[in-house]
Amino acid sequence: MIRVVLPAHLRKLARVDREVELEVDGTATQRSVLDALEARYPMLRGTIRDHTTQQRRPFVRFFACEEDLSHESPDAPLPDKVARGDEPFLVVGAMAGG
Amino acid sequence: MSRVRVLVGTRKGAFVLTADGKRQHWDVSGPHFAGWEILHMKGSPADPNRLYASQTSSWFGQVIQRSNDGGQTWETVGNQFAYDGVPGTHQWYDGTPHPWAFARVWHLEPALDDADTVYAGVEDAALFKTTDGGQTWRELSGLREHGSGPSWQPGAGGMCLHTILLDPKHAERMFIAISAAGAFRSDDAGKSWRPINRGLKSEGIPDPHAEVGHCVHRIAMHPTRPDVLFMQKHWDVMRSDNGGESWREVSGNLPSDFGFPIDVHAHEPETIYVVPIKSDSEHYPPDGKLRVYRSRSGGNEWEALTRGLPQRDCYVNVLRDAMAIDSVDDCGVYFGTTGGQVYVSADAGDNWAPIVRDLPPVLSVEVQTLR
Repeated sequence: MIRVVLPAHLRKLARVDREVELEVDGTATQRSVLDALEARYPMLRGTIRDHTTQQRRPFVRFFACEEDLSHESPDAPLPDKVARGDEPFLVVGAMAGG
Repeated sequence: MSRVRVLVGTRKGAFVLTADGKRQHWDVSGPHFAGWEILHMKGSPADPNRLYASQTSSWFGQVIQRSNDGGQTWETVGNQFAYDGVPGTHQWYDGTPHPWAFARVWHLEPALDDADTVYAGVEDAALFKTTDGGQTWRELSGLREHGSGPSWQPGAGGMCLHTILLDPKHAERMFIAISAAGAFRSDDAGKSWRPINRGLKSEGIPDPHAEVGHCVHRIAMHPTRPDVLFMQKHWDVMRSDNGGESWREVSGNLPSDFGFPIDVHAHEPETIYVVPIKSDSEHYPPDGKLRVYRSRSGGNEWEALTRGLPQRDCYVNVLRDAMAIDSVDDCGVYFGTTGGQVYVSADAGDNWAPIVRDLPPVLSVEVQTLR
């Protein structure tokens, strides 16, 4: 079980009020977690990564275990603590004005 | 008695303003989608309770919202706007080729006769269509691929397709406008397109009379007379009496013929409205006086409408999609400002009052007249 924390705007869009718990087949990676997230919450498609290229949107970051994983390969295994559900995978809206 | 529902898109959410036909006492609902830019909301002429909204954010991209109950509840629908094929390049500001890339939906235009059919004008400029209530969107790529696309350049706000006019008399005819490419017409329901910019003159491009490259800000028509079009261009207010085949200038005595919105009275097809703005860079009303100008002769002779509008120290702008007209017997005119005011005139422009004064910057205003 993977725990995912979404930013407030995406929680509202997905109509969830707390962290999301997902089952992921195989190795937990950014890609497999986001695939599972978008399968459960289709309204999030295109809001975290591009529909076509599947690249992370520029103002979205991925954190876990106090590390910035945004620039890791989407197919790199996530930290064991995330894969075990001990620590959440954080989807974060980058701090920027506006 | 008629009621009106005003749909206001702002930089930080949507607001729905409702009143009876007197338009004196207003209920304000919102913010909906708080914190997101709502570029445009519009109701279906075929089913007034069906609304569509374009919701965007620099962080999380494009979302399309749909309501089936007049804006009380909303649901997300499809947000994938994929260009047809490999889209190639258009010109960047510096004249170099720039890959076509979807940024946001500027304008949603529901079909006249079907609540599930909607046209979307997007940046980078293209026209999309849904026939399933917004679940899926397909590009009408004959516009982007008609030939001049690689020479199109963005205006200051981006290369946006911002105006979509559906001709109520000729079912397969529609008009669109792009900043800064110009106006285009299709006579086969969007399959093929051609530029309709003859008569436009733009000093900011190498050939002022070029077939494309004009920064058209807005086009309006009266539904009973769809061959007559009125245009607010980057500079110049223009008029066509032949469905865009040719244009002539009708700026007349306007204090500035720069501006963004233009609209037509609901019951008087020769009565039109603009909001003159000082430019090229100021983008606020001349002399700090917020004035709507009305022509009752289809252009050239204009009168300033000032009663109830600030006539000193006013430095707001009125954006291209931020004016609307209702069809109550005493025609109502509405506009929103970048200062967060939404003004209404319940007597065709003679007198104005703010409905709200302190919204986030207003991006768009539409009104529905509910019987």
